[in-house]
Amino acid sequence: MSAHESRSEPVNRAVTGSASSRIGLTLFWIYVLLYAGFMVLVLFRPDLLSLRPFGGVNLAIAYGMGLIAGAFVLAIVYMAACRAVEGGGPPRG
Amino acid sequence: MLYESSAAAIAIFAAFVLGVIGLSFYLGRKGQSAKGYYAAHGEIHWFVNGIAFAGDYLSAASFLGICGMIAFNGYDGFLYSIGFLAGWIVALFVIAEPIKALGKFTFADALDSRFNSRGIKLAVAISTLVVSIFYLIPQMVGAGDLIVPLLGLPHTVGVILVGVVVTMIVVTAGMVSTTWVQFIKGSLLVFFCGILAAMILNRGLVVGTGPAANLTPQVRTVTPDGTVLIDGKPQSKDHDLRPVGTLKALPDRYAGKTSTGPLRPLEYLAALEDSTIVTWSSKKHTDAAGTHTTYSPVERKGSELLKPGGYFKGLSTGKLADRLDFASLMLALFCGTASLPHILIRYYTVKDAAAARQSTVVGIAVIGAFYVLTLYLGLGAMTSGALDPTSTNMAAPLLAKSFSTTLFAIISAIAFTTVLGTVSGLIMAGSGAVAHDLVENVLGIPMTDHEKVRCGKIAAVGLGIIAMVLGVLFRSFNVSFLVGWAFNIAASANLPALVMLLFWPRTTKQGIIAAVTVGMLSSLGWILMSADTFEKVYGWSREASIVPFSQPGIVTIPLGFLVLVVVSLLTPKPVEPTASDLVRRHG
Repeated sequence: MSAHESRSEPVNRAVTGSASSRIGLTLFWIYVLLYAGFMVLVLFRPDLLSLRPFGGVNLAIAYGMGLIAGAFVLAIVYMAACRAVEGGGPPRG
Repeated sequence: MLYESSAAAIAIFAAFVLGVIGLSFYLGRKGQSAKGYYAAHGEIHWFVNGIAFAGDYLSAASFLGICGMIAFNGYDGFLYSIGFLAGWIVALFVIAEPIKALGKFTFADALDSRFNSRGIKLAVAISTLVVSIFYLIPQMVGAGDLIVPLLGLPHTVGVILVGVVVTMIVVTAGMVSTTWVQFIKGSLLVFFCGILAAMILNRGLVVGTGPAANLTPQVRTVTPDGTVLIDGKPQSKDHDLRPVGTLKALPDRYAGKTSTGPLRPLEYLAALEDSTIVTWSSKKHTDAAGTHTTYSPVERKGSELLKPGGYFKGLSTGKLADRLDFASLMLALFCGTASLPHILIRYYTVKDAAAARQSTVVGIAVIGAFYVLTLYLGLGAMTSGALDPTSTNMAAPLLAKSFSTTLFAIISAIAFTTVLGTVSGLIMAGSGAVAHDLVENVLGIPMTDHEKVRCGKIAAVGLGIIAMVLGVLFRSFNVSFLVGWAFNIAASANLPALVMLLFWPRTTKQGIIAAVTVGMLSSLGWILMSADTFEKVYGWSREASIVPFSQPGIVTIPLGFLVLVVVSLLTPKPVEPTASDLVRRHG
């Protein structure tokens, strides 16, 4: 049985109003800020990306790798948070 | 450069192709329902689906294109990796659960979940077909390009081979066999790229020797009768272009040495940044004797190559239009992934929203790891002394060849299978759009479960034939150029409608139809009128272009949102169906 079958609320709220959806949107905006910050540097201050604040690799590599690793970290946080939310009550969304 | 076919490459390639065909027939033995054919019964395990996401997504453009771009231009290829991966954030956090909850077989099911409108199904089916075909073309062209050095066969044979094998995979067992082929391909690709990256780190950085260290410019001429000359003499195995891409000097801390020895991952990048590297640029001119391409060495510091601006020259010119062009591409990559029909239909193959989420996380892990590896593969190729100056796409296989011919055979065969995995997903998406959306829902032709499957298989054969024809016709097109088109069109046509349907209750069916149609046509029209298309496709002057920059996303994605909002506000407010209506409508 679909999770929606037992409820009669409008489709939009059933799908996007769940706790997991709200967590997802929060994490989405966090990543958008990180991605936008990178784009601003590339577009307007590329000179900063040549700096080597950590001694070894430059900021361009470190930030790029960080965005890839950050996507994975946020994905894990999302999965764990959803599990915690859904584990405490009936299945949602 | 001329290539010799390798018996090992042929054997490995044949083994894989026969293996996947055998697997497809095995999986297709049982009679199939429509749910089995289009959505693998919704029974694929989330982990398998996650790896299959990687197999679906990591196309020839990701593997061959990004490695080649990094090898020849440095850091800018990695910008593609960052954009391609970031798109998965939209897929996971915004799209995954709703698309699973609202749809059944196709992307149109989800967009039409509130309205039951034939207009929406028609618009979305057409957009699915347009995006799938634009994405299919570069894959088929890439397959043809690979088959020449791998098997020593003509380009056309490569295209036909992929077309026939993929059509067989899809027709035999639909989404079930497609999923397993993508799972195998995704696993092999990441595993062997990991091995190749480990070998690069173990080799460390080595000062170039041999033919690649010869820094004399090279000239390739194609005469009016088609003869190829190298430095004025006919091209042959004994007189060919020299391989390129060498390291000229190590950092000062390695003074007196010609090799760093094994390096750890971050050490490798730091050492490369302090090294001196020779890359090659090309310049073309035509006269009565033919078309001459001159390849010249350019000595650069590693620190120059490991910062943005090597490929996207606009980043250093400071021109607003150039910056907007780059920002537009990165926006399209960010928004495009979650709008690609062949990615979206994979959410229907798992049992529920939680499995959709888990499989996306696995996909992000595998795809992210792969994109980190591409940085090492590209930089390893840059200093391998094995690059073909005429082909950026061959950087990864030729890097493997610098280690061993067996590894070259394996990497080449895997590169070929990247095409199989992606093309099978695209044909599956197109087949669903034709059979489920157009024939059943738009034309209203009633079909039994068995007929739905048969219709899907006929559509898959038709799409396979179209893909083969287009792969031959577009053989001279730039592969990554066409992939960029597909991302821009997908993001402009599909994302505004999907996001607004989910988050704005006032969205009407007319708004969705208008947004999909305007997004698709405006992005396509912009691309066809862009300076890049004028120059690379029509052979006209860039200055004749009537749009200010080539990548449309930064204009056409917001345009899609705007059109949806305006049309929705101008049309009657929708009566929102309840969840019970949804279940009754979509089963």
